[in-house]
Amino acid sequence: MGRLTSTIDAVQASAQKSLVAYIVAGDPHPDQTVDLMHALVAEGVDIIELGVPFTDPEAEGPVIQLAHERALVHQVTLTSVLAMVSTFRLEDAKTPVVLMGYLNPIEAMGYEAFAEQASLSGVDGLITVNLPPEEAGPLAIALQDKKIDPIYLLAPTTTDARAAAVCQASRGFVYYVSLKGTTGSGGLDIKAVCERVAHLKAQTTLPLFVGFGIKDGATAAPIAAVADGVVVGSAIVTLMGENQASPQALKLEVSELVRDIRTALNASNA
Amino acid sequence: MVSKQLGTNETLTSFPDQSGHFGPYGGRFVSETLMAALDELTLAYDGLKTDSAFLAELGSDLEHYVGRASPLYLAQRLTDHAGGAKIWLKREDLNHTGAHKINNCIGQALLARHMGKPRIIAETGAGQHGVASATVAARFGLKCTVYMGSEDIQRQSLNVYRMKLLGAEVVPVTSGSRTLKDALNEAMRDWVTNVDDTHYIIGTVAGPHPYPMIVRDLQSVIGREARAQFARQHGGLPDAVMACVGGGSNAMGIFYPFLEDETVRLIGVEAAGDGIMTGRHAAPLTDGIVGVLHGNRTYLMQDQAGLISETHSVSAGLDYPGVGPEHAWLKDIERAEYVAVTDEEALGAFRQLNLLEGILPALESSHALAHAVEFAGTLRKDQNIIVNLSGRGDKDIPTMAKIDGISIG
Repeated sequence: MGRLTSTIDAVQASAQKSLVAYIVAGDPHPDQTVDLMHALVAEGVDIIELGVPFTDPEAEGPVIQLAHERALVHQVTLTSVLAMVSTFRLEDAKTPVVLMGYLNPIEAMGYEAFAEQASLSGVDGLITVNLPPEEAGPLAIALQDKKIDPIYLLAPTTTDARAAAVCQASRGFVYYVSLKGTTGSGGLDIKAVCERVAHLKAQTTLPLFVGFGIKDGATAAPIAAVADGVVVGSAIVTLMGENQASPQALKLEVSELVRDIRTALNASNA
Repeated sequence: MVSKQLGTNETLTSFPDQSGHFGPYGGRFVSETLMAALDELTLAYDGLKTDSAFLAELGSDLEHYVGRASPLYLAQRLTDHAGGAKIWLKREDLNHTGAHKINNCIGQALLARHMGKPRIIAETGAGQHGVASATVAARFGLKCTVYMGSEDIQRQSLNVYRMKLLGAEVVPVTSGSRTLKDALNEAMRDWVTNVDDTHYIIGTVAGPHPYPMIVRDLQSVIGREARAQFARQHGGLPDAVMACVGGGSNAMGIFYPFLEDETVRLIGVEAAGDGIMTGRHAAPLTDGIVGVLHGNRTYLMQDQAGLISETHSVSAGLDYPGVGPEHAWLKDIERAEYVAVTDEEALGAFRQLNLLEGILPALESSHALAHAVEFAGTLRKDQNIIVNLSGRGDKDIPTMAKIDGISIG
């Protein structure tokens, strides 16, 4: 069993919900990323989702687009992201790290080379935003050889037939994108999301995590009541943009946000 | 030679396959939210493409609204100047709105209407596809939003104003390199958000399946007409067919009906910008690497780390780091050839066509003209080249005047 599954199992065994935090590697500066990852874990994050900067992040809203641009200013590539994961692993052998990005940098590295190097760096899972399972065959084989979990997305527009195929292809967990829209969109209809999550959960044995639109304890808790975990992204990345000048202030603000969400999750599951 | 690379049930015109691939290219590389919309579009198009009522409606608008058929014109003075093969111009510049883009937009607007979508969106570089989209939106009473890079808005202010006159909303895109590729990203984001009531009219033969197929089919009216006109006006088949390639819709449109005529050389002309050696160009087929962008696998301008490079061309319509997947495949199987022409050569051809033929070509089309003149000189006088004159150059007058140091307006 991989680090991802054993972590999620342990969270579930303690009757808690998984908290996933997303940051873009290298944002606002490559020197801060590993430190921020440790800070997230210290505040109760179970899984780290690390965005791989790309020039054309077509599924992202303005907040995360700017994060990609901030990281690219410092020439952060897939290779440097893997190096950050290696550094993180020197002090944390326990917390799963999932990369989230677009296919082209992985294609450029080559599927086998990527799987090999990601595995050596201590990467546990991969979400490729623009790679539906239909096109993922060769990459999935390379990942399987190196015990890296491919994680696919479900959307509000996904039909039941497709949902079955997506869950079939996923390992570790399935990621439900709760909104039609880009990352950081507003106006989450919590009741509708909960109904949809309950419906999807009946169709798979994999843990179901929900992302997009979760920005604080108040939005996280009701979603976590029906899902196995929540992903917080744009809310954290917003703080990156606002606190570029001060790494100290950034760490404090990110820690505070994550602590609030963790507290809300724990309270609602108590 | 080419046929050996095809499977038993495959012909050059039987692509894409069921899942939208042209050999290793094409496909459907998009976020999950769009998969259902692409399935819906595929289903709707499969039903309509052989539907006689739909085809009659399309044919009627192409004739009475767009003004088709566009003429095939023998450019005698240009031919004399080149000193070799006869150069024939397929006059897409004479279409309503001044370019080939309208052929696709009319068809996709009809598709949107059949799918019950009251709103269309589009991306645009030079503004020609944006103008064509805004035009059909007005024609069919649809709401229209056009995404355009802020850099391109500067270069093409005439077309921006024109879109506004047509009632479209033009949204400046300030992310990334602020050009066509970023406008495409932004249009995809809009579509993901408003997929229930919105149809995205992609303007070129790129993007996720079924777009490369739909746009090619709708543009292939150019090649069908040219093939029949040439047979009637001259007899037989031309020796070569030539077109500029950015995303590649005008080229696919004129190439497609000639694909199985193996004696006809198909030549695509990319934008070499400041020169291929400088790296400042927009010629992925000439000097690119295979990758995945904007929903399909194709040749791309990218660096070693897989990041997309900024491109350069004097013509906004060719300033794009990718190219339609069918072109990538035609290159690999050697059914089509691709060359590149610099800004300077294209500007020369632009001036030349004005002086020799009294025709103002778009800077995009001027790339194909530049190569045609050079290539014609290497052929015999009894040979024939058809060049797709994909658009007219009114929109480029401010750019040209600036280059010439002349203040207008």
